[in-house]
Amino acid sequence: MTTDSKWGKETLRQMLLIRNFEETADKLTLRGKVPGGMHNSSGQEAVAVGVMSALDPKDVIATTHRSHHHTIAKGMPVNIVMAELFTKATGCSGGRGASMHLADVENGHFGGNGIVGAGVGIAMGAALGIKQMGHKKVAVGFVGDGGVNTGRTWEAVNMAVIYKLPLIIIVDNNQYAVETFVERVTGGNDIAKRGAGFGLPSFTIDGQDVEEVHKHTSEARNRALAGEGPTFINALTYRYYGHNVGEKGQYRTQEEIADWRSHRDPIDRFSAKLISEGALTQADYEAMINSVAKEIEEAVDFAEKSPLPDVSTILDGVDSGLLGARK
Amino acid sequence: MSTTTPTTQQNPTYSEAFQSGVREEMKLNPNIFILGTDLVERGGHFAQVKGIAQEFGVDRVKDSPISEAAMVAAGLGSAMYGCHPIIDLNFIDFSLGAMDEIINQAAKIRFMFNRPVPLVIRATSGVALGGAHHCNSLESLFAHTAGLSVAVPSRAYDVKGLIKTALRSPDPVIFLMHKKLSGVRGEIGDENTFIPFGSAHRVKSGKDAAIISYGYTIVSAQKAAQTLAEQGIDVEIIDLRTLYPLDTDTINATVQKFGRVVVADEAPMFGSITAEIAATASEVNFRHLKGPIVRVGAARAPLSANPQMSEAAIPSANDLVEAVKKVMSY
Repeated sequence: MTTDSKWGKETLRQMLLIRNFEETADKLTLRGKVPGGMHNSSGQEAVAVGVMSALDPKDVIATTHRSHHHTIAKGMPVNIVMAELFTKATGCSGGRGASMHLADVENGHFGGNGIVGAGVGIAMGAALGIKQMGHKKVAVGFVGDGGVNTGRTWEAVNMAVIYKLPLIIIVDNNQYAVETFVERVTGGNDIAKRGAGFGLPSFTIDGQDVEEVHKHTSEARNRALAGEGPTFINALTYRYYGHNVGEKGQYRTQEEIADWRSHRDPIDRFSAKLISEGALTQADYEAMINSVAKEIEEAVDFAEKSPLPDVSTILDGVDSGLLGARK
Repeated sequence: MSTTTPTTQQNPTYSEAFQSGVREEMKLNPNIFILGTDLVERGGHFAQVKGIAQEFGVDRVKDSPISEAAMVAAGLGSAMYGCHPIIDLNFIDFSLGAMDEIINQAAKIRFMFNRPVPLVIRATSGVALGGAHHCNSLESLFAHTAGLSVAVPSRAYDVKGLIKTALRSPDPVIFLMHKKLSGVRGEIGDENTFIPFGSAHRVKSGKDAAIISYGYTIVSAQKAAQTLAEQGIDVEIIDLRTLYPLDTDTINATVQKFGRVVVADEAPMFGSITAEIAATASEVNFRHLKGPIVRVGAARAPLSANPQMSEAAIPSANDLVEAVKKVMSY
């Protein structure tokens, strides 16, 4: 199928933006700029961009500890994301969240999460809110292959099914829960089959193919908006770096990483397709790479120059103070 | 501190007072809904929502699977979205299956993401029959957690006034109703009666010493006060009504007034809210104290199913009498 040129270019640009953000932020983290470290999503761009390009900007997402790619694809400006990684006052969470707690609830980003498996439940709740209020929107809950072994994830899937909620569950399945290979810890070794057991449409898809991710998400969204309830999508992908920045584990071979990078990279695959279809020239592609690099440079500059949060505000916003007579 | 005397004519039960407050707020706010187990037909295990599904429909009173993590997540996500859910966990013991959703998520969203989480988690609490898995007193744990507020009403009037306030609040509230009080009748306020959190209620004024407490222990304190009156000791009783926010003004005034204070509840004493109150009240009011604040609480042991063993683990009215006599001996 031929790709729409405009959509294709924007989709490719988003993936490039995420890749450059992650490569840059990784180096900055090693230089001590990112308190608490970060989880690099390089290699997983097609899942984020494929899903988000199928959503309306007002749709809701809730995600995981590895969420830069989801956040950028959702539309948060990269300077705000970078500033949050630096824990600066200008970050999306005012420096209170850093890498794992990126959010913009007002615009439908219900947060990354430090707790594995928590995102699906929050998205399910948002989907319930959407349904209760009669809105025409969907919520997407991201979970990793690690999170699909938490009970709370399946509790949320079950509830979404029985209430027919407008929810899409995306397993951003990079195949390693920290350093543990998914097959070693996943009974039955078929995550989509688990989903199907709850009585909802459930698929395993190629998460390195941005168009396939987009297509499945669009179909899921249409079902949800038609009142047909949730969909479960297990998107197979791969992360090129360690679980956390700087980690070089012995749990997988360099050959395996090189194979995914050289044969299944989502950006290489999609850019090659666009070029072969004549939707993109090599010169356009190089210009796009340069433009993205400049945007990330500016984001780093913004983060560097941004003020730190005022430590005298550590009690602000714990609660509303509106409940009564507390002094 | 409130000393309001309830004035309405009806005498509903503690559970019916909850129904009354929720009904009134549901009429005004279409985004309030209730989600929990056995709510529609049964009306909840303590009749706390009886008839509400029939009045407002099953979209607003939702029967749930026994799935505490998902129940609280449903409340959390929908509250972030703009609803004002009441998640009914039946027994507070069952909240332990949703502790991540409560403590890691609901309590911290406002702080991290500047987003209100108008969520009420209602559960029955306190020590009665049922043994180790139906009698946990977890209120100290919730009060300890930044971002949560905790209501512990002891009478119908406070149940209604506090749930109405909770349903107008943008914060997550843990609403604990004592199982032994479910059927106790009392007057309630009207649709405009709201009890602010952090305002204690003086159950009885006294001249000699004070008992500061909450929940069912207020009933024991009233019995103890009668016994003490027969012995010539006039004890004041303060019902905290909420544990966070805590009415520190009333606590401080009480300590300063009497210098002889007992703090009591039926939670295990080690690391409990009574420890918090005694410690901070002592720090602030040390020179007013005639002797140490005496705490009365439960043993640091799981509750037994055997009724006599269970009763033996928690304070009796007589334990409170002895505690007051101890502070009177200073």
